[in-house]
Amino acid sequence: MSQIGTTAQPLRVAIIGAGPAGFYSAERLFKETEMVVEVDMFDRLPTPYGLVRNGVAPDHQKIKSVTAAFDRIANNPRFRFFGNVELGRDFSVDDLKDYYHQILYSTGAQTDRPLGIPGDELIGSHPATEFVAWYNGHPDYRDHHFDLSQERVAVVGVGNVAIDVARILCRTREELMKTDIADYALEALVNSNVKEVYILGRRGAAQAAFTAPEAKELGELADCDALVPPAEAELDPLSQATMANADRADVRKVEIIQELSRRQPSGKSKRLTLRFLVSPTELIDDGNGHVKQMKLVQNELYATDAGSLRPRATDRTETLDVGLVFRSIGYRGVPLPGVPFHESWGVIPNDGGRVLDSATKEPVLGQYTAGWIKRGPTGVIGTNKPDAAETVENMLTDAREGRTLSPTHAMAEAVTQLLDDRQVRPVSFADWKRLDELELARGKEEGRPRVKFTRIEDMLDALRS
Amino acid sequence: MKVRNILATKKGQLITIRSDEPVRRAIALLVENRIGVLLVVDETGKLVGILSERDVVRTAAYDEALFGRPVAEIMTKEVIVGMPQDDVLAVAHTMLEKRFRHLPIMEDGELIGIISIGDVLKIQRDAYRGEVDTLETRIIAEGE
Repeated sequence: MSQIGTTAQPLRVAIIGAGPAGFYSAERLFKETEMVVEVDMFDRLPTPYGLVRNGVAPDHQKIKSVTAAFDRIANNPRFRFFGNVELGRDFSVDDLKDYYHQILYSTGAQTDRPLGIPGDELIGSHPATEFVAWYNGHPDYRDHHFDLSQERVAVVGVGNVAIDVARILCRTREELMKTDIADYALEALVNSNVKEVYILGRRGAAQAAFTAPEAKELGELADCDALVPPAEAELDPLSQATMANADRADVRKVEIIQELSRRQPSGKSKRLTLRFLVSPTELIDDGNGHVKQMKLVQNELYATDAGSLRPRATDRTETLDVGLVFRSIGYRGVPLPGVPFHESWGVIPNDGGRVLDSATKEPVLGQYTAGWIKRGPTGVIGTNKPDAAETVENMLTDAREGRTLSPTHAMAEAVTQLLDDRQVRPVSFADWKRLDELELARGKEEGRPRVKFTRIEDMLDALRS
Repeated sequence: MKVRNILATKKGQLITIRSDEPVRRAIALLVENRIGVLLVVDETGKLVGILSERDVVRTAAYDEALFGRPVAEIMTKEVIVGMPQDDVLAVAHTMLEKRFRHLPIMEDGELIGIISIGDVLKIQRDAYRGEVDTLETRIIAEGE
């Protein structure tokens, strides 16, 4: 066999998951000058970009512009995209080992952690990620139902996703028309009865995970007053002490929250209230299996030995009338068939991106991971760049030192043949760009940036015509 | 950003030494494993201290017979322990303030890993790099 990483025998890499971590990994692999690398990227959806398409809020179109950078990576002649192809359904890890020198998993963190309180399973209590996927037109979630006839909604958690969900619930028709929100979601949200949205953080304003620009955005909604109970915007002595060493961005965030706490309702038709130092303890049934109320306990903060501030329940409780609940208290990855998995953290065990065997804790030959499924759900899109770089450095080191899989069919055509034999019809990147143009054209007709295809069948039909 | 996010991408190999073993053995372990600190446990496996390169050097400066002494005599006994859900920024501040470079991490009463000031620095550097990258993308898009 010729040497791996040459024109005669390129280093063949399979990337599972076409989100930011997958693309940044491909980019870093292509930057390698001493080795010829070929990348095949697989995604279970026909569309690439992962959470940039299906997670980033539709009213944050500027953030979605990062796809232009992904397109440049995809234009590399040694890059191929196989959309609508799923690990576990269309092929196994063992299959991949026969076709690639290295396999990289970048499948992200798709599910939410449950609240773990009584009533979590009631109708009207949903993972925020499902709502996000729904309004973004994710084919798996487009037919989910969310009861927007409810007037009062609680969003549990103060991360960026919680803020996105609350903000989208409070947007006006005019505001939503400027987005690429799924058409059915636009319709449902415009006709929703939602009047009152609570965002519930278990710690204080200084510990909230959302960023200053997001806090500011809440105060600028067209027809929604954003408020914070003044007592909850005040910092306790422990939090105050941390502000001396805080990032400027965090100081700014607290200032914005405190500015909101000084506002009075101005008569807008919706109201969004940011609450701090409260935790839900129970969701109460209306007698028909639906959420009617949420019991809350007020918290106080204490410092751990290592100096982190954690919430602790007090004996002060309250009840909130809400008919719809979204939980957004942390995400976790989903295990991939045949790939080690850390159950309690929801990630693939790894050492700098080298997948570790669950039992021996030693690296598994030729298998790697990047992004949220590697480090857990933290950071912005760009954080995946240094994350992917670390993994790829290790992949290239291993390849240079001869630690790769020994595939019997290390050729690009062999993969196409395998999929063909199994009657899998992948969506190529050129196919996707056609879908992209169609979506943009549909958007233009309606005066919106894009109108998405939200059913896989519709995407495939559009490509056939 | 939590301590858990640091531990997720580390092998989590815990190098321990019994408190009654000689410092000679501790130095060998530090060198062999290319690490800066050992976790010191008693005969039941309970964490009783931490032994860093610094502890060794500090004693070696005046004690020639150091190599044969039991680890218990020179280790740091007051060990601050972290949890996977601790905030990285808060931990970084505590490490700087109290001047220590390694933090053992426990979950449900069990030692699950150790993080170093280098790990903290790296995850923060990557977080800032990522934010700058994303902000740049946004600014460029706004110019278009």
